[in-house]
Amino acid sequence: MATPSLRSPLGRVRGLGSARSGTHHWWMQRVTSIALLPLTIWLVFALASLAGAGFSEAQVWVARPFNAVLLLAFLGAGFHHTAAGLQVVIEDYVKPDSRRIVVMLVVKGLCALLWLMASLAVLRIALR
Amino acid sequence: MSHSEDGPDATFIGSRTDGTPVVRPLSPHLQVYDMLQMTSSLSILNRATGIAWSVGLIFLVWWLAALAGGPASFASVQWFLGSVIGWVVLAGLIVVAWFHTLAGIRHLVWDAGYGFDMPNTYRSGRMVIAGTAGLSVLTLIILIGAWI
Repeated sequence: MATPSLRSPLGRVRGLGSARSGTHHWWMQRVTSIALLPLTIWLVFALASLAGAGFSEAQVWVARPFNAVLLLAFLGAGFHHTAAGLQVVIEDYVKPDSRRIVVMLVVKGLCALLWLMASLAVLRIALR
Repeated sequence: MSHSEDGPDATFIGSRTDGTPVVRPLSPHLQVYDMLQMTSSLSILNRATGIAWSVGLIFLVWWLAALAGGPASFASVQWFLGSVIGWVVLAGLIVVAWFHTLAGIRHLVWDAGYGFDMPNTYRSGRMVIAGTAGLSVLTLIILIGAWI
């Protein structure tokens, strides 16, 4: 112990640990992975059966409310899960802290932009 | 605080909630594991397929954005996906998506507290490999059937 702390163990736990967020990151990775199980199974088979589809056929497929909603759900859960997973990889391998922060911001920014781009595309097709 | 002379360990100094420093193990520790064991190679593959799926999502975004953009942009993404490189990317992504999904189920079972003993760990590992192969072949059959 370098400097004895006056905070009680309970007080520290209420501050949710050294990361200040407790197990939230780990838990959300699990929650999104559970959501992605049915969504991924649906998406892979759906896209595989769309292979070779023409422009209007593909647009009609995306515009169907069932498909549009599940696509938006997949993109939301998928990019959340992707950002969370890549964050752990960056935390494990990228050093020093200065580079880690830059890489983290770039990766999170790209995930956010790609999520918005794909969601806007689905909405444009569905609301046309 | 115990002190490690091992290179990676020595650089991995975290802090406790009261601010005192602590040496924490580097995870995953690439130096101490035999990469050819099924347990460690599947663990590494789960992370590798996660990264590959992240890159693969770009193709999904491209496909959706091109479809929203109009017939011309859609034609170019379809041309790419129909090319040799496109087929390699698609086939690779199918394998990657199924592996990461099935390995993810294995991790969720572990998170729930089951299947940690060695026989079950190897059995679930073999199930992930066999499942990935089976579902990938099934997906490719559907893909090729829809294409023709």
